[in-house]
Order: sequence, then C-alpha cells, then structure tokens
Amino acid sequence: MGAYILRRLLIAIPSLLGISLILFVVLALAPGDPFGELAANPNVPPEVRAALRVKFGLDDPILTRYLRWLVAMLHGDWGFSFASRVNVDTLILQRLPTTLFVVGSSQVLALLVAVPVGLYAARRPYSLADQVANTLAFVGFSLPTFFTGLLFILLFSIKLGWLPFVYQADLPGSGLAWVWANVRQAIMPVAVLGFFQAASYTRYVRASALDVARLDYVTTARAKGLTEGTVTRRHVARNALIPVVTLVALQIPAVFGGAIVTEQIFRIPGIGSLLIDAMLSNDTPVVMAVTFVFAALVILFNLVADLLYGWLDPRIALR
Amino acid sequence: MDERDLRGLIGRVKSGQLSRRAFVQRIAALGLTAPLAGLMLADNGVAAADLRTAYKPAKAGGGGALKLLWWQAPTLLNPHFAVGTKDQEASRIFYEPLAAWDAEGNLVPVLAAAIPSRENGALAADGRSVTWTIKPGVTWHDGKPLTADDLVFTWDYARDPATAAVTTGSYRDCKVEKVDDLTVRVLFDKPTPYWCDAFVGNVGAIMPKHLFSPYAGAKSRDAPQNLAPVGTGPYRFVEFRPGDIVRAERNPSYHLPNRPYFDTLEMKGGGDAVSAARAVLQTGEYDYAWNLLVEDEVLKRLETGGKGRVDVVFGGKLEFVLLNTTDPTVEVDGEKSSLKTKHPAFTDPKVCQAMNLLIDRKSIQDYIYGRTGRATANSVNGPERFVSRNTSFAFDPARANALLDEAGWTKGPDGIRAKDGRRLKLLFQTSINAPRQKTQAIIKQAASKAGIEIELKSVTGSVFFSSDAANPDTFPHFYADMEMYAINMTQADPATWMLQYVSWEAATKENKWQGRNIARWRNTEFDALYNAAQTELDPVKRAALFIKANDLAVSQNVLPLVHRAEVSGVAAKLVAPRSGWDNDLAFLPEWSRDA
Repeated sequence: MGAYILRRLLIAIPSLLGISLILFVVLALAPGDPFGELAANPNVPPEVRAALRVKFGLDDPILTRYLRWLVAMLHGDWGFSFASRVNVDTLILQRLPTTLFVVGSSQVLALLVAVPVGLYAARRPYSLADQVANTLAFVGFSLPTFFTGLLFILLFSIKLGWLPFVYQADLPGSGLAWVWANVRQAIMPVAVLGFFQAASYTRYVRASALDVARLDYVTTARAKGLTEGTVTRRHVARNALIPVVTLVALQIPAVFGGAIVTEQIFRIPGIGSLLIDAMLSNDTPVVMAVTFVFAALVILFNLVADLLYGWLDPRIALR
Repeated sequence: MDERDLRGLIGRVKSGQLSRRAFVQRIAALGLTAPLAGLMLADNGVAAADLRTAYKPAKAGGGGALKLLWWQAPTLLNPHFAVGTKDQEASRIFYEPLAAWDAEGNLVPVLAAAIPSRENGALAADGRSVTWTIKPGVTWHDGKPLTADDLVFTWDYARDPATAAVTTGSYRDCKVEKVDDLTVRVLFDKPTPYWCDAFVGNVGAIMPKHLFSPYAGAKSRDAPQNLAPVGTGPYRFVEFRPGDIVRAERNPSYHLPNRPYFDTLEMKGGGDAVSAARAVLQTGEYDYAWNLLVEDEVLKRLETGGKGRVDVVFGGKLEFVLLNTTDPTVEVDGEKSSLKTKHPAFTDPKVCQAMNLLIDRKSIQDYIYGRTGRATANSVNGPERFVSRNTSFAFDPARANALLDEAGWTKGPDGIRAKDGRRLKLLFQTSINAPRQKTQAIIKQAASKAGIEIELKSVTGSVFFSSDAANPDTFPHFYADMEMYAINMTQADPATWMLQYVSWEAATKENKWQGRNIARWRNTEFDALYNAAQTELDPVKRAALFIKANDLAVSQNVLPLVHRAEVSGVAAKLVAPRSGWDNDLAFLPEWSRDA
C-alpha cells in the first residue's frame, strides 16, 4: 500500500511538470496583452505600456519566463497578479470559502436527491416512478446551467421577486437574519448546480443498484426472509454506492475549482469567476495558478478515489 | 415646441420657477445637447450655475446605503495604477483631484480653492506656469492635513518610471514646486495652453505623502494602501476584495458642507451588462449600474417597470471608420500597410468622399445606437467650444457613383468597379461586437450599390485591441483597407486627441505599431495647424485652429460615424449628477436620493 502511494506520487511529478509547461506555453502564445486596455486610452503614452511590459517581464523569452515561474512556485510563491498587483495566493484564498460553500452545498444537495431517487427507481425498473425519474434525469443534464440559471432568475427574481440574483460573499450583519440572507442568496445557484449534478448521479446510482440487485447474495438475502427495505438498505445500497463514492471523490476538485458559468451568472465571487476574469484581462499569473492548482487537485483526488475504491471493496487489490 | 415656448421656458428659469436642471432635461428631450442648453441660458443672461447648487439634503448622512453595480469588477484601488475605467471609478470614491470636469467640459474645483485663470493671476501670461491653491482645512481619512507636500509628492510619484504609473504621461513633462503650505506652482518648459492635465480629473488623484512615500518607485507594488486607500474623498474605506466588492462608509469630516448624503456605499462587481441593467431598472436590487453597453431596444424594455431610468451623458467617445492611406496588400521590408506604399483607391480624395457618402449614419443611429449615440460628421464632438459647425453628412449613393466615375473607377461586367486592372474590392475589419457587425452590414450593402465589393472581417476584441506587435490582426497594424472602432477623448481638450492625425505619429513596424496615427494619413497642413495650436495661448484662436484641423481630418481618411454616450442605469429616486468628461463618480459627493 505504502509503496503504491509512493509510486503514484512519483508518477504525478512528471505529469504536473508537463501540465504546467503546456499551460504556460499555451497562455504565452495566446493573443492579448494585460495592458491592452491602455492602448485605447489616448492619454497613456505607448512608452508607459512598453515600460509596464518590461517591468512585469512580459518581453522575455517564454522558456525564461516558465523557469522563473517554476522556481517561484517551488518556493511557494504563486506569482503576482498584473491586474490587481497583489499576490495570487491572497486572491485565491479570499475566494475559496465562497466556492467551497456554494459548490460544496450543491454537491451535498445532488447526493441527497440522487441516492434515494436512484435507489427507488432501481427497485422497480421500468415502473412509472422509474420512468419519471429517468426522464427528469435526462432533462436535468441536458439543460445547461446557464439556461436553468437564467430561467430561475427570470422566474424567482423578476416575475416573483422572491430571491436576489446578485450574490454577496460577505453580507454585513449577524444573527438569524444574516443566516437567512445567506441562505436566500445561495438557493438559486446551489439549486442550479445541484440539480444538474443530481441528474447524472441519479443515473449512476440507478445503474449500479440494478447491477447489484441481480447478484446472488441479494437473492440469498431475500430467501432468508429479510424485508425488502432491509435488503435495499443493507445489501443493495451499500454495495451499489461503491462506484458512486469514487465518482464523488473525482468531483471534489470541481468543488475547489468553482463553477465558471454559474458563478458569472449570479456574480458569485468564487474561483470560477476569478479564473474567467483573469483570462479576459490576460492576467497570466492568476490563470496559471488557478489551473495548475486545479490540475494538482485532479491528480490527487484520482489517487484518493483509487485508494477509497480499494478500501471499500477488498476484492480490488492495489499494486 | 417652437421658439415661443422655448423663450417661455427660458423666462421661467430666469424667474426661478423652473430649475436649470429641469430646463436642460427638457431641451435634451428635444434632441438638443446640454451644452447648447447652457449656451441658450447664458445668451439670455442666466449665469452658468455650479452643479453643486442643485444639492438638496440639509445635513450630511442619513441617506442609508448606496449600492452601485459595476459589471466589470475593480481589481485595484490605486488611481495611478488604474488600467481600466473600472479601477479609476473605484479609486474615485476615496481619492480626489484638485478639480473635476463637469458635463459641459468646464472645470469645477474639488480640492482646489478656485480654478486658476488669468483674471485671478494664477495662470502666467507666458503660459509657462500655473499656481494652484488648495482649500484650507482638508484632512485625509486618517486625520492628517492635506498640504502642498502631498501635491509635490504625487507629481514625483507618478512621473517616476520605476513606479510604473499609468498616469505618468500627465506628470513627466512638468515640474511642481511648493510655494507655501497650501500652494504649489506647476512649471512647464514651454508655453502650455492646456495647463490643466496634472492634478485634474481622472488622472489627477492626490496621494497622501505620509503613507506612500516609503513605497515610491520600484517598491510601489508593495504599498498596503494600494488595496486599502486613505484619501480625502466623501467615503472612507471599509473593505476591498479585488474583482468582487468595494465597501465604504461616510467620511464624517468631509470638506464640503452637508455632504455626503449616504451612510454606506458598496460597489459590487462582476457579471454582464444586461443583468446589471436588470438589477437596477427591473428589480431595483441596486441603485446604479455603470456603462450599460446594451442595445437601446433592450434598455427600453427593462425601463418600462418604472424602477429606474437610463441616464445618458455625452463625453468624447467616437465610433469611426478609418480609410487606409497605405496599401495593405503589398509587403515592404516585412511590413504591410507600409508608409512606402500608397493605397490604390484611398489616396484619391474623391474615392474617400464617395465612401463617406455611402455611409448611412442616420440609419446607423436610428436602428443600432438609439439614444446611446448621435450620428456625427466631426471628430471632435465636445466640449461645445471645440465643435465644428462647418461639417455635415449625407447619404447619397448617386453622388458617390458619380464621384467614382470621375475618379476613373469604371464598372466592369460584374458590376464591380476597376481601374488600371485593379478591382475595387476592400477588406473592412472591426472587433466582434453586435452593433459593429450590424454597422458593417449597412455599409457593405450601400457600397455594393456603388460597385464596391466589401469583404467583412471581425476580430475578437482582446486581439483587435491588444498592443501585441507580433499579431497582424490588431487595429494599429491595420492590415485592411478600412477599419472601425471607437476611442474615447478622455480630456475636455482635443490636444491629445488630435495626435492621432499628425504625420509623425504614424503607426509603423519601426515604432512597433505604437504610433497613434493608424490610418497613416499624412497632411502637412494638418501638422502645421496642430503645432500652432500647441503654443497658441489665446483660447479662442486655439479653438479655431482645432476646428480647422477637425474639418481637414474628416474631409479625407477619417469618417466619423457616431458620437457615443456614456449610458448608466439609475434608480428612480436617485439624484446622480454625472459628466461625460470625467469619471461617473467624479461628483459622488453631490449624489443623493429624493424623498
């Protein structure tokens, strides 16, 4: 086990190096300039723009810039944002709690919906309940979040006027009213993301429960005279959820990475909107840091998923 | 409304029955400009009122929260590092200049005791210096007094190349010396008619010496105040999250009486322009939305709810078409559109005129820009004193056809004109932006009627407007026959603006396409007019020179289309005086809410 983890971690190093090199080169080759906006301002002399480029090292060769970035990253220095002129880690840490709260809640919501619905649908395949659940699941993951998001805003904010559609990370105030205000503004984004995720989880849960329900030990359990509820809970669900656990583990990086589209629609100041803003303003150090951290998380949680799988299902041996 | 009604209105303003503001609004409803309304009142003996007299609240505070929505979020709060207007605006909540530009393009004192003039002796007769006196008793948010040392420091800070301030262009050509604790003198090494650049408007924010002096020059980026400003403005800093939100509270020791009105202020950033308009006009969640780049049709629909209104002010933003004077198809020394080549069609003024007559500006205004733009034939569209009355535009395909025939471009069997074996086929580029693509289509259609084939090209904004010398698709490269975009004349003076037409600013490979003259239009008469205006100290003669220069530029390779407005969404009861010549928040202390 220890050797397995060590080997996986060692393999991760070249992967991360490769990922970072590709990211860096693509970003460096992409057109655009962090100080491009100055070009349209007749009051700013062109030399100022040129001086800024030199100051931030944008005119050096790509390889030099990459090595400089890599060495700094190894020292724990994530870089310095061109747009905000602050350290990138400050920017990311400022936004992490919001993303963790919104995307995390949506994952919890997704599981709360998907597990019971999927198991229930699998109990009687092709019954009316199963058909309904299936149809909704298809609709759910066919509708993109930017569409459902706008639909929710039109309905709940504009027609009904119940919920605000501009999210604020740090509402002033305290007490129950503050908690309620936070919940209110999170309802729409969490629901949009949660139902989208729930739709795909439901199909996994259902499929995996159907597979398990056919196995001999379930028939044995029934033959022992156990009630249907006990069979589902203790024999079907526990085994059917093993692949779902890995699926959830693989989703964890997304919880840190945020949801770009939904964050933009609801103006949630999370990692996703930081990334898109940084891309639009060609703020390479921020884009680099966010995507690189994301890549590292994906690799890490792939390992975690594999370990969890082995731990939950002793039939699988890790070598 | 006829002349008699108009005179009646002017009479009511004189007798005080009608406010000046209400008059200007009614005149604006008729399609006349605010400066014109001001002129009408001035001609009738009503003195130009300081916009501060319109302020109603009798005490400071008590206004609750003011919620502003900026769909581009501010990323830093140091006005001298502001890359875009979003950062300038956010910094303007906290920092103030000596004077600001009002809607008519006149200076209004902010931290200055008075506006320098020849009458009060603050402007030197030889145009080589100006003396600014600051208001006594102004304090920084931390209680320290504002003194002349802060002004001298601001100059030193911004002009130092190591600081990498974006405002450095306004400070590096002058010298600032302290006269006494409240007075400084700005010295120029040559007679300077435009003396109000440093310390004025959006480049003029005064910085506190006691906090920034350890962080001048190369250490500028380490200053903690870059993210937690201490200024003299109407609101004090509370919290800032880059790219998300700015929070502020009322400055109880603000230097203007009874101001500011609001107790707290928040500027939320992010999202998109349409939903920002929605949050103010339709749901009323926010009080003010900045820069609504949204089609007027949509704005009108959102406005019907009555929760807010669209507010339009005109500054110097111009949407225009450039006709290339050089040949984009020939490469000379690794450079297309080189100064060594001549455009086969656009070096002939007749072809340029024909192209001008093929642009249906009225339709472009009516069907694309609506209230947010005015069709124009001028490059300089304000302030009123610099606007030419000698120009006009027309849409006349018949006349255009005749001109092209005269110029020797004859129609071939396929209906496309040709001369000396070269077909009149033009490449017309612009950035990707819905109104621009519609405008392109209108021009292409009209041109086809005159036997000109136009190929349209649209480039992503982030590429088109970048300063990347290696990318041939940027607007300064201009590797096309025609191109269209907008730039903003950010000062209420055309001196910098007119640089885009002088011959020595031509964008070439040699200057890495950083020159401002993109059409590479070279005209010795224009150069002479520009140089004369740079030293002419008589404001009237100087304005006349600029008007002449404007007329010359628009007669050939520059085709102005639309004078574009700054469009904002304002909550129904919010009183928010703005100016197109300064930041939206330049007059933030005057903002209040009607009961």
